[in-house]
Amino acid sequence: MSNLDEIKEILDLVKAHDLAEFELERNGLKIRVRKDAAVPVLVHSSAAPVPEMRPGAPAVVAPSGRPEDAPGAEMEAEAIELAVVKSPIVGTFFRAAEPGAPPFVDIGMRVHKGQVLCIIEAMKLMNEIECEYDGELASVYVDNGQPVQYGERLFAIKVV
Amino acid sequence: MFKKILIANRGEIALRIICACREMGIKTVAVYSEADENSLHVRFADEDVCIGPARSLDSYLNVPAIISAAEITGADAIHPGYGFLSESAYLAEVCEACHIRFIGPDATVIRLMGDKARARRAMKKAGVPVLAGSDGAVESEEQALRLAKDIGYPVIIKAIAGGGGRGMRIIRTPGEMGRALKTAQREAQAAFGVGDVYVEKYVEKPRHIEVQVLGDHHGSVVHLGERECSIQRRHQKLIEEAPSVALTDRMRRKLGGTVVDAARAVQYTNAGTFEFLMDAGGHFSFMEANTRLQVEHAVTEMGTGIDIVKEQIRIAAGERLSFKQGDVAFTGHALECRINAECPETFTPSPGLIQAFSVPGGPGVRVDTFAHSECLVSPYYDSLIAKIITHGRDRQEAIARMRRTLEMTVVEGIKTSIPLYLRILADPDFVAGRLSTAFMERFLNEKRGGSLAQAV
Repeated sequence: MSNLDEIKEILDLVKAHDLAEFELERNGLKIRVRKDAAVPVLVHSSAAPVPEMRPGAPAVVAPSGRPEDAPGAEMEAEAIELAVVKSPIVGTFFRAAEPGAPPFVDIGMRVHKGQVLCIIEAMKLMNEIECEYDGELASVYVDNGQPVQYGERLFAIKVV
Repeated sequence: MFKKILIANRGEIALRIICACREMGIKTVAVYSEADENSLHVRFADEDVCIGPARSLDSYLNVPAIISAAEITGADAIHPGYGFLSESAYLAEVCEACHIRFIGPDATVIRLMGDKARARRAMKKAGVPVLAGSDGAVESEEQALRLAKDIGYPVIIKAIAGGGGRGMRIIRTPGEMGRALKTAQREAQAAFGVGDVYVEKYVEKPRHIEVQVLGDHHGSVVHLGERECSIQRRHQKLIEEAPSVALTDRMRRKLGGTVVDAARAVQYTNAGTFEFLMDAGGHFSFMEANTRLQVEHAVTEMGTGIDIVKEQIRIAAGERLSFKQGDVAFTGHALECRINAECPETFTPSPGLIQAFSVPGGPGVRVDTFAHSECLVSPYYDSLIAKIITHGRDRQEAIARMRRTLEMTVVEGIKTSIPLYLRILADPDFVAGRLSTAFMERFLNEKRGGSLAQAV
């Protein structure tokens, strides 16, 4: 299910249960929905995922406004360049060099060109996936140990 | 029995394998390139894995990606279909090393029969009549000329590692040898990565007769009768049929027996096809063996009622063949037309979006296709979009059924070879069963001559 579908579901839930406020953090996506009067407002979303694009091509995403905004306030448009790292091979995704070891990268961490982001294991070979950008890790889309296919979204990097 | 089979292929054959798996309660994994994301085989498989970009080398020919896809989905067997990696001894070996069953013959047999020169030697040893020719690769022009003199012109140069018409040259006089040899070697190198060629007697206007075999891992080998595939253009089959009008029951039994003996001699297991040329005198000469399922397996299925893909799966899972040679009977007559996405006059490819697609039903009709309305036929792969197969009580009925089926088939948005087949089906030689591999050349020349005459 895409994140847009998830957001729609959340808004439906907020409406259906007449919630005043709702917050969710999962897979690097943080959403807080605050409802006032009849119109729910999407208040905060960090690391908004980006729809289909070519590996490495940065995208422009407008995030929502800040939590302090008054209900019904316009969303601030602030362009952020996000590069999505996609899997170049089929295999199993690992966040660390070995079980028990700390992950190669974490959200918020600064990353640079050539830095190892993760390992994808295929046919008993550990393939190191290297970063192609300088920036800050904004999202991780895959769980540790999850199988991935060619072109699967792995990370989003805020290119700085 | 397998729990999950990964299909290392695409298009109509991937769907064919999914059919067999579904009927047997086996889960399926489809692999696909980015170009095939919305393809039917992906939609109808239980699981799917994207294995690479559109280019075949990076996707459907990508062994690590395919094996990795089998690993992450827990597939316990791989069916390679036809084309792509179906005759890759390398894939068969990697499968074995990774404890994944390869649904096909052993790597050693694939390697043996895949080397055309070695295959000829093995068949000769097994008592199969083979065309006179060189026992190995031709080393020099002098050797080629000597061989040709012994064999007798005309001769044909063929790629040892190849097929499908590439790396082939027909030579009628000694003077043509030098240039033909060099061109064939270059073509073979480019198409198959191996420039070795061998020389063989060239039979004028032969019939292409092939025999389907099935062998299990318990020593049982049977043949399912012959198919005639003489209607070819540039060594690509267009129309196939079973049985051949040129074979008597006695000839059929003898040829079938010879093939079964040969298959046993090389310890052949799973499905395979042994191809022969038949001359005007009814003499057969072994040409090559295909160690895989073939495109035209459907005509044999229509006449025998045997599901060859299910048998392949059962054999690979270690089961015994459920029938004996005496149980195999061919009833009626079956025909297949390969519908390609191409201009029926110029044969240039016609990829694009199929806007409307409709195939008729009715008795004795089978359509194997991945095409549908709003389906995109991409330019990256072969042009086969559908196989239309008909079966009738006799050849006449099979032809009549094919004609009305083709007339009632709608494909809009791209060009197809349907009009070509309708013309062939009306050809007096075709209707009379006067077939040979020279048929299409004569047919197309006549058409050209005819239309030129009209233009004048």
